Amino acid sequence: MDSSVLAAIDVDHLQVSYGSQRVLHGVSLSVAPGEFIAILGSSGCGKTTLLRTIAGFQKAAGGAIRLSGRDVVNMPPEKRGMAMMFQSYALWPHMTVLGNVGYGLRLRGLPKEEIRARVASVLKMLNLSGLEDRKVTDLSGGQRQRVALGRALAIEPGILLLDEPLSNLDAKVRIQLRSEIKSLQNRLGFTAIHVTHDREEAMTMADRIVVMDAGRIAQVGSPKEVYDRPNSPFVASFMGAENTLDLDVRPSGAGVEVRVDDSTATALGADVPVGHVTAYFRDDIASLVDPHARIDGSIVLPGKITQRTYPGGHYRYVAAIGDRHFTVTDDRYHELDRPVGLRLPLASLHLFPKTQTTGGHHA
Amino acid sequence: MSGRLHVSPANAEPLAVSRDPRATSHEPASSAAGARVWVLGSTVLKILGLAVFAFLLFGPLANLALWSVAERWYTPFKLPVSYGMRYWEVVFRPTGDAMSSLMTSVGIACLTVMVALAVSVPAGYALARLKLPWRTALMILFLLPQAFPSVAIYINVARVFYSIGLTGTITGVVLVHAAHGLVYSVWIAAAAFAAVDRDLELAARNIGASPLRTFFTVTLPLAAPGVMASAIFVFLESLDEFTGTFFVGVPQITTLPLLLYNASMGGNYQIASITALILLVPSVVFMFVIERFLKADVLSKVGQ
Repeated sequence: MDSSVLAAIDVDHLQVSYGSQRVLHGVSLSVAPGEFIAILGSSGCGKTTLLRTIAGFQKAAGGAIRLSGRDVVNMPPEKRGMAMMFQSYALWPHMTVLGNVGYGLRLRGLPKEEIRARVASVLKMLNLSGLEDRKVTDLSGGQRQRVALGRALAIEPGILLLDEPLSNLDAKVRIQLRSEIKSLQNRLGFTAIHVTHDREEAMTMADRIVVMDAGRIAQVGSPKEVYDRPNSPFVASFMGAENTLDLDVRPSGAGVEVRVDDSTATALGADVPVGHVTAYFRDDIASLVDPHARIDGSIVLPGKITQRTYPGGHYRYVAAIGDRHFTVTDDRYHELDRPVGLRLPLASLHLFPKTQTTGGHHA
Repeated sequence: MSGRLHVSPANAEPLAVSRDPRATSHEPASSAAGARVWVLGSTVLKILGLAVFAFLLFGPLANLALWSVAERWYTPFKLPVSYGMRYWEVVFRPTGDAMSSLMTSVGIACLTVMVALAVSVPAGYALARLKLPWRTALMILFLLPQAFPSVAIYINVARVFYSIGLTGTITGVVLVHAAHGLVYSVWIAAAAFAAVDRDLELAARNIGASPLRTFFTVTLPLAAPGVMASAIFVFLESLDEFTGTFFVGVPQITTLPLLLYNASMGGNYQIASITALILLVPSVVFMFVIERFLKADVLSKVGQ
């Protein structure tokens, strides 16, 4: 982070507890002005708690939250100058669209005509023109969440917090709103923190991704960084590398020698950890080759094809390697039970020192 | 009161007959004899059930209506000997007691609602939203006036009120009615506030509303139907209340139930019946209103 510019949001060793149970164990995160951050994690990892503590809905047990240098950790939510979108939309059913979107402006004591004009321009921006006097209960899910976005943006907040706002919407509307929020952010320049459990949503929207696990930050980085270079087995499997393989890596000459089980060995020149390691990888990096092939920089696991499907464009095979099964796609047609080699490029494997407790997923 | 038994079946019968055509139209639909017997049996059961329900609901009402128009009605006769509107005229005469005690009753009921709301809105909100350590104990506290025999309570209340000069005053009666109605109003108000999604309040706070502003623009309007329903309950309870009024209000305060009591004690069933019918009107009207206000999501939270 560039320390010469004051961070829009600076979370410093934030601790939060529910009763005696600690849910955030000293989280530190710095968000630059205009940055779009996605907080990614499975349910119960504390991502929503982090967001709600930043918003001021949840009391912190320790640490600081600084907005442009000003500590707000003990400030009530209405003084923090943020806006939030909720998973449940949280629109007020007893108000019209105008009432909802104009609420923040009414609080700020703007005259009626100006509120109407500003609400109209917000609605126009969100393609909701002319819906001012509709009841929010008469709108579709996508329209409701747009109204909620309008309500948040009407007060021209410096920071927009998004608490899984898209997860209740159907797929098409979700993808559409994703790009709308993103382009509005580019245009208006607000800082955004988006909590989600949807990996693709986080990848496509965010400048930086924060992966959280059990009340701690597991990794922070650009989408590509987190995807290609996960720093822990948890992040690797959370980012989709759910297949595991135990390897034995030994130094050999200029490079290393990799042994898998007791049979195959492949030499290569690369810098990888030496010793017993566990490799995490996604299905899509594997390819089918000749079982006896020796390819520099890759390991080849001999096995055979047990299943073939054609989902369109290419064939999808299930290859059995010993008692493990992996899903591979290949353009060519192969007979069932044919011996094949499963090629795994070493550069695409995420290698971590082996732990005794690793269960690992099978494809 | 012997009239009830004789009158009611006559009232229930037409209702049962009117159900009959529908029952017979069901019959040919089923071909198997067993099913036919089953359908017939269940139809008969339904008719019996309806008849019993109609008897329980309309029997007492019919009795009241009949008594209110009976000018002469004595023992050997199963129906009034002569009919007339004489007693209605007595009740609604401008100088009559009935109208003035009706006004007293409604006035006391309105004041009671105001007092009860002044307690139940803040108390209900606190019970629903704040983490109160003695929550259950507080809920039970509001239940207490209903949990003990009312006469035992009101004798003591009357004793205390007498020493501070509240007996025989509207204030005293209103306080007694409010204490009695608080259990409904607090419990229902707490349920109504609990049914308001907290995110709706947080959304208002989030974009700059103070807690008070949030309460008046978001929480209260959304809880209003439940609060209204609780107010109606309190109103009806106050309108019907007898024991407390008797111990605290007599002789200066005469509400409609007290008038009814006096009329019954004097053997004047006509006046008593007419008074009872007048008392019934707001109950029936408000019950329909309550049914509209009290939604399932509020009801499911009552007493929680």
